[in-house]
Amino acid sequence: MSNVPSNLKYAASHEWVLKNEDGSVTVGISDHAQEALGDLVFVELPEVGAHYAAEKEIAVVESVKAAADVYAPIAGTVTEVNQAAIDAPESVNADAYAAWLFKMTPDNLADVDALLDAAAYQAVADAA
Amino acid sequence: MLKKTVLNSAHRAQGARMVDFGGWDMPVNYGSQIEEHHAVRNDCGMFDVSHMCPVDLVGADCRPFLSRLVANDVAKLTVSGKALYAAMLNDAGGVIDDLIIYFLSDTRFRLVVNAGTAEKDLAWMQARATEWQMAVTITQRRDGENNLGIIAVQGPNARAKVWQVLPQAKAAIADLKPFFAAEIDQYFIASTGYTGEDGYEIMLPAGEAEALWNALHAAGVAPCGLGARDTLRLEAGMNLYGQDMDETVSPLDAGLSWTVALKDGRDFVGKAALTANGQMAQFLGLILLDKGVLRGHQQVITKQGNGEITSGSFSPTLQQSIALARLPLGVAIGDEVEVDIRGKRLKAKVTKPVFARNGQAVQ
Repeated sequence: MSNVPSNLKYAASHEWVLKNEDGSVTVGISDHAQEALGDLVFVELPEVGAHYAAEKEIAVVESVKAAADVYAPIAGTVTEVNQAAIDAPESVNADAYAAWLFKMTPDNLADVDALLDAAAYQAVADAA
Repeated sequence: MLKKTVLNSAHRAQGARMVDFGGWDMPVNYGSQIEEHHAVRNDCGMFDVSHMCPVDLVGADCRPFLSRLVANDVAKLTVSGKALYAAMLNDAGGVIDDLIIYFLSDTRFRLVVNAGTAEKDLAWMQARATEWQMAVTITQRRDGENNLGIIAVQGPNARAKVWQVLPQAKAAIADLKPFFAAEIDQYFIASTGYTGEDGYEIMLPAGEAEALWNALHAAGVAPCGLGARDTLRLEAGMNLYGQDMDETVSPLDAGLSWTVALKDGRDFVGKAALTANGQMAQFLGLILLDKGVLRGHQQVITKQGNGEITSGSFSPTLQQSIALARLPLGVAIGDEVEVDIRGKRLKAKVTKPVFARNGQAVQ
């Protein structure tokens, strides 16, 4: 059973989104996603300052088994990437919610509210 | 509806992550593929490979049949129990399958063929036996009555663990040299494998497989999924059918020249095509020098032209990404080449197609 914290929002493509107090959001991949991928060995993150439309490929995570695209859960501009996740991809397996991937300034903060809540994402993960 | 091996419920009980593996419901890992990989390199792990298909050949013409059927020469098999790795080719010289042939007597051989190719292999073999009017009976032993389970126990401590669990077999198998098999009642135990480590592959009546699996587990043997099996065989430089070669690829272009006995007067299916075409590409290793992961089908750019990765992943032993690749003639070991990964060109070094065996990196 994967862990789906209720304080986060989720995209159906298996990213989690945390709203920060400064109006930015933090993004990572869900526990379900890391479990499905298996041991991660490589993380490629976007460049700070780059703008992405919602659902656009923004990062890549690779396990021993496969490469998977990470999609921008909402439209926005990248403000920070997590070098620790690049240096130690296995940290995403250890705790997918602590090992965030990047932060964005959303074009429209309200887009976050339109994402899935924990119960809705759990249903997506269960069906996968 | 996925097919299940006799160990399916044992895998689920041990928390395996199950995947559709060519129509079979198989464990890809039991938690961490990398830990399972290291268990086999450093200690001992076991794999359920009951989806692979044992095929028994019985009859007066076993030897002449196999002599024409496969590219390696069964004349090399002179001692009972000896095994031979061979490719079965089509008339165009493409690989129908790769298989292991165990010589038991001149009227009895056992083959083990790949899971996904078993049906076409059996049909091909039966058709050739009929065409050549050979007295040989071909019986698959994977499905239905008298079916067998197969458990591969691999790693530096694999032999000792198997002796501990099967003390009645120890005398017969303790001194097996690599690539031999012994029959002990209903057990067929071979010193073969697909990991680059010492160990055994144990074929036994399917109904007894779960008890053996659980006994090995109780003895401390780590259950390992097909994920670790793939990175282990990749590090060991062993080909995977369907990725590194298939019906459109010559064994000479897939690093299998050592299994093709072309020089003697013996004729075999595909020989004329191999002789006419010769070697058209090289099968070599790659180590990625930049950060990233090599994968099958990525394009390799060399001074001599473009090649293609056939298998790639991350090597837990080397802690770098490695690959097997089909490259143009003229590319040399030590050359630096580029690999196109999602539109970026990353640097890689050309190596021999073997990366780790017997617990050690060999690059």
